[in-house]
Amino acid sequence: MSTQNKDFEFEPYIPHDLQLLLAERRKAMALSRRGFLKMTGLAGGGLVIGVSCSLPSEDAGPVSTTTFAANPFVQIRPDNTIVIFSKNPDVGQGVKTSMPMIVAEELDVDWSQVEVAQADIDQARYDAQIAGGSTSIPSNWMTLRQAGASARSMIVSAAALEWGVPEGEITTDAGFVVHAATERRAAYGAFADRAATLPVPDVQSLVLKERAQWKLLGKRVSGVDNRKIVTGQPLYGIDQRLPDMVYANLVKAPVIGAKPVSANLDHIKTLPGVKDAFVVERLGNPIDFGINTASLLPGIAIIANSTWSAFQAGKALEVTWDDTDASSDSWSGAVAEAKRMSAEQGAQSLSNKGDVDAAFASAKATPAGFYTYQFASHADLEPQNCTAWFKGDSIEIWAPTQTPTMAIPAIAQMLGLPNDKVTLHQLRGGGGFGRRLANDSVCEVAWIAKQLGVPVKAQWSREDDMSFDYYRPGGFHSFKAAIDQQGKLSAWQDHFITFGRNGRPVSAADLGAQEFPVNALANARLTQTLLPSGIPTGPWRAPGSNALAFAIQCFLHECSAAAGRDHLEFLLEVFDGLPAPGAGGRGGFGGGRGGFGGGPNRERAQAVIRLAAQEAGWGRSLPAGRGLGLAFHFSHQGHFAEVAEVSVDSNRKVTVHKVTVAGDIGPIVNMSGAENQAQGSVIDALSTLMGLEITFEGGRVEQRNFDRYPILRMSQAPEVAVHFIQSENNPTGVGEPAFPPAAPAICNAIFAASGQRVRTMPLTKEGFTI
Amino acid sequence: MLELNINGKSVEIGDDVDPTTPLLWVLRDTLGMVGTKYGCGVGQCSACTVHVNGAALQSCQLPVQNAVGMNITTIEGLARDGELTAVQQAWIEHDVAQCGYCQAGQIMRASALLATNPAPTDADIDTYMSANICRCGTYNRIRKAIHSAAESLAAANRDADDQTRVA
Repeated sequence: MSTQNKDFEFEPYIPHDLQLLLAERRKAMALSRRGFLKMTGLAGGGLVIGVSCSLPSEDAGPVSTTTFAANPFVQIRPDNTIVIFSKNPDVGQGVKTSMPMIVAEELDVDWSQVEVAQADIDQARYDAQIAGGSTSIPSNWMTLRQAGASARSMIVSAAALEWGVPEGEITTDAGFVVHAATERRAAYGAFADRAATLPVPDVQSLVLKERAQWKLLGKRVSGVDNRKIVTGQPLYGIDQRLPDMVYANLVKAPVIGAKPVSANLDHIKTLPGVKDAFVVERLGNPIDFGINTASLLPGIAIIANSTWSAFQAGKALEVTWDDTDASSDSWSGAVAEAKRMSAEQGAQSLSNKGDVDAAFASAKATPAGFYTYQFASHADLEPQNCTAWFKGDSIEIWAPTQTPTMAIPAIAQMLGLPNDKVTLHQLRGGGGFGRRLANDSVCEVAWIAKQLGVPVKAQWSREDDMSFDYYRPGGFHSFKAAIDQQGKLSAWQDHFITFGRNGRPVSAADLGAQEFPVNALANARLTQTLLPSGIPTGPWRAPGSNALAFAIQCFLHECSAAAGRDHLEFLLEVFDGLPAPGAGGRGGFGGGRGGFGGGPNRERAQAVIRLAAQEAGWGRSLPAGRGLGLAFHFSHQGHFAEVAEVSVDSNRKVTVHKVTVAGDIGPIVNMSGAENQAQGSVIDALSTLMGLEITFEGGRVEQRNFDRYPILRMSQAPEVAVHFIQSENNPTGVGEPAFPPAAPAICNAIFAASGQRVRTMPLTKEGFTI
Repeated sequence: MLELNINGKSVEIGDDVDPTTPLLWVLRDTLGMVGTKYGCGVGQCSACTVHVNGAALQSCQLPVQNAVGMNITTIEGLARDGELTAVQQAWIEHDVAQCGYCQAGQIMRASALLATNPAPTDADIDTYMSANICRCGTYNRIRKAIHSAAESLAAANRDADDQTRVA
């Protein structure tokens, strides 16, 4: 169950630490009236030194020689290059391009003159710097607009003073200041010197663009790191190199929670390239996902002169492990236990509305289904790694983390340093998906670096990355529903069987009491059973939603089938039950308190469902063995409906031909990036649905590399067509919400194509292949 | 001491490097050429793809001693004098990358495909490119970018042919 907090209602599916932090920041920012925009961009070494030779401006008017650091986000060089700092980590969700686009729009500059730089990690200047919960765009939207508008306003003021004309007569156009009456036009850069002498305008005085005035937002912009990516330039955490750097491999216990007792360290130290080997003790609680405190999985650290030497020595390591407190978890045992209790109600009540029993008694049909989904690994293609250099009274870290803001105090506390003695450089992450919210690899290398005093990169092998994850938790739903005499859904019952520790679901394993369709029905009963677990779990792309949508949206399809009704019509009708636009649902993240807008909106949901159906040709006749499936899910403030077109042959081989996505996340910031995220989400969801599964027996994870964790390949990937409804709402994130509806859309299509009902992920468990 | 030929240059590898070390780690740790990526170490993901005598090969599976005498091209060696190849340009034009970590390997394999099959069908692309994993799922765009690069290469060849005829 969610932690209770009287000031705040948690969104159940976003890490609670993250929500608390963002809520506190929102409150603080409201009090300070975005005062940090008044901070000069000069503080803290943020100034990117420009070419200081002066260039003649078009009318040989003012000439500047220094870079104008307008605020922490914007610097304007005399040559009219605009440097925009991107504050948050980019792990593939594209914010290093989209966030600066928002600044550039209000600054009214041409994208071709923009250089994007990764910002330092500096809470005073940038507030929270995190990539999680699809929050980068909604939490920073207004700040970024104001940063651009503030810098533009200062340039306009400087031009008015230089030209001796009223500010109100000055307009801007693609990085130029224009005074039409006197036919004067000059580049922003020409006013850099003068602008730097002016006071930063009050944020309340800024005039932001109307949507109709946007020139850049909504366009297709290619990612700012693309040239480096296609030419193989250093960019990612794993690419960090330092003089005299050594390489560390921390060998951890194969049984989760075991501790090292002894090891053949003397032998290991004689192996080629090995410089040292020592025991690292367990610190804190590395089993429970957490982002605010340091923890260490225990093991044997091997220090070598190359990654390969460190890996090879790890294979020669012989360790005696103490598994007294270790996990003895068994996935197959959990499956059997869940099946055994599937006919019962859970002991814990999550939700009890109306009169479910009366609805069942008067029902025309009472479909029931038991759904199972698996544990899954994040499997970021860049295995976990981090580089650090401990210098006695300070530490410098190069990390591809999603939560640099949390990493700094955690490391400071662990090493007994003040926060300002921890410097963290944000590097691109080769995939995040929630894995890099945890700073376990950062803690690990910081601890090892303290023992060494020389730069060290801790590199996890793929095997370690897969074996020591904070997994997407598996779970079980035993559903029963009532279809009334009119063929309407009249009651919903779910016994949710999940994993828990200390009387609470483990991280990312909870079910919101108002999860759809509970929020749309008069009669609903949710109960819960916790199966004890020692397996580390945590947020994994669209936490909670990534599995709930599969179970719930598939069972809804069972309901429409039992009612003998068209699923499109049935699904739209269920949404009619939401009490009022925006008011139903999770209440959670921000809950309409100036935050993220609350639960699903009836009209937005129905609009994307209709659009997906229309674009996919819902209702058209298809050859035998081919079918369409429809599903919807609301998460991370995104409304997404998807239709899959699927064939199933007599050998249960599934071909997904096409998935049509319709989403409403408000106006699109970068059309190319948003479309890419939606396409990737669908393919990720299909990958997870078809064959990915983490199992464990005796507390030991059984999959260690891609040979047993088969990520979807190109020949199996469907065409994904993406359509956006750009509604009049503030833009929200798109890294996650397109994921959840894909699996149920595909499973519902499998039923339409074959009559086979899929109730278990991965589908290989049901005998399907792709 | 081993002598390698990488991106047209002769490179010496000292005796401190175990000759059975995979080429991947020699490129990354010894030579500092970090464009070639480590993903799995077992030849499953192909993030580490390089060209060996023109053929796409997983460098995590090639002991460096076996690379002696071969012409090795890495992602850093594709562009000449800063001019990107048609494949690299297509990758930028179609904004293929999400995290981008696999893309060096994808580009190396796609380049090898087009060198032997200048006008691949969707099925050709699917078959050939299925050696490479993209965890972010950018397959739709990889397919488009390969077709687009094939078209630009064909157009460039037509231009070259025309000029030859004129000459």
